[in-house]
Amino acid sequence: MGIESLPIMTTRRDAVLAWGQKNSLWPMPFGTACCAIEFMSVVSSVFDISRFGAELVRFSPRQADLLLVAGTVTFKQAPILKQIYEQMPDPKWVISMGVCASSGGFYNNYTVVQGIDQIIPVDVYISGCPPRPEAILEAIVKLQHKIENPQTTPKAQYMAKEPHFGF
Amino acid sequence: MDAQAMLEKITAKFPGAVKGSADRFGQLEIQLEAKSIADVIAFLRNDSELAFNMLIDIVGLDYSAFPGHTGDRFAAVYLLKSLTLGHRAQLKVTAPEDKPEVPTISHLYANANWCEREAYDQIGIKFVGHPNLKRILNHHEFVGHPLRKDYPITRRQALSANESLMDEMAVRLKERGWE
Repeated sequence: MGIESLPIMTTRRDAVLAWGQKNSLWPMPFGTACCAIEFMSVVSSVFDISRFGAELVRFSPRQADLLLVAGTVTFKQAPILKQIYEQMPDPKWVISMGVCASSGGFYNNYTVVQGIDQIIPVDVYISGCPPRPEAILEAIVKLQHKIENPQTTPKAQYMAKEPHFGF
Repeated sequence: MDAQAMLEKITAKFPGAVKGSADRFGQLEIQLEAKSIADVIAFLRNDSELAFNMLIDIVGLDYSAFPGHTGDRFAAVYLLKSLTLGHRAQLKVTAPEDKPEVPTISHLYANANWCEREAYDQIGIKFVGHPNLKRILNHHEFVGHPLRKDYPITRRQALSANESLMDEMAVRLKERGWE
């Protein structure tokens, strides 16, 4: 009797975990500007984020594993973002949506954090002001690839060009 | 009431307070002694022919890089409107660099409270007599006043922890009888 007739299959444990994680991302939107409006259309039926298993939008960081930072983050807002990120249970991922979250965008001034990667580690960046909904879907697909291949993809990272703020 | 009649009425009531005036497309624009601003605005609000019952905004100005400007560095501009009569006026007071102080009008208009806090936060004009003159836009660990011309626009200041804002909330709760 060959193994293929048994009601079992063999695989690696981390591969099964990654398969489950990548197909059931629970996003928590941190929407502070117009990018959040664009995110709403991604969730709606025209673009339909649920095709990628990430439709269960949670507004509590305790129940989410994908933090989607959509919009400008000011220094006044930064401790809040940091706290929300720390409240999320592991494993967790971060998508930085739009130029403001990724680099400060055109707000090169005294109020705006020049990229959320100075506060929290970021997995995937999306360009655009605001990005097209397709760009967000591509970021989800990229993140899924990253969850599936943790060895061959870069880790989430801080980008502290300016001194990192000791929150 | 047109600008000229308005000016005559104010000058008659407060001789010496008016330092300059202009008629900008039918709208009165006057410069006043800083110490008289609260009295003049109270008069403008309460007089039945003027009836300026709305404060549109208070604008802080920094003249330090202004071409051809002589005199005090800072100025506060009060924009008033009468909702019943439809006319507007613009009042300006100046404040020197070493003592940028202007009397408050927060007891006359409720929205002046936040307008003055904004002008204090961004320009650094101190409104004497204000009940709670603290920063409103920038965070509480911010040092300096960012809209001053000598503040470098990219000087960023990190915030370590947010304010609880309970000092403002406690006043509101008390006002509404919640204590």
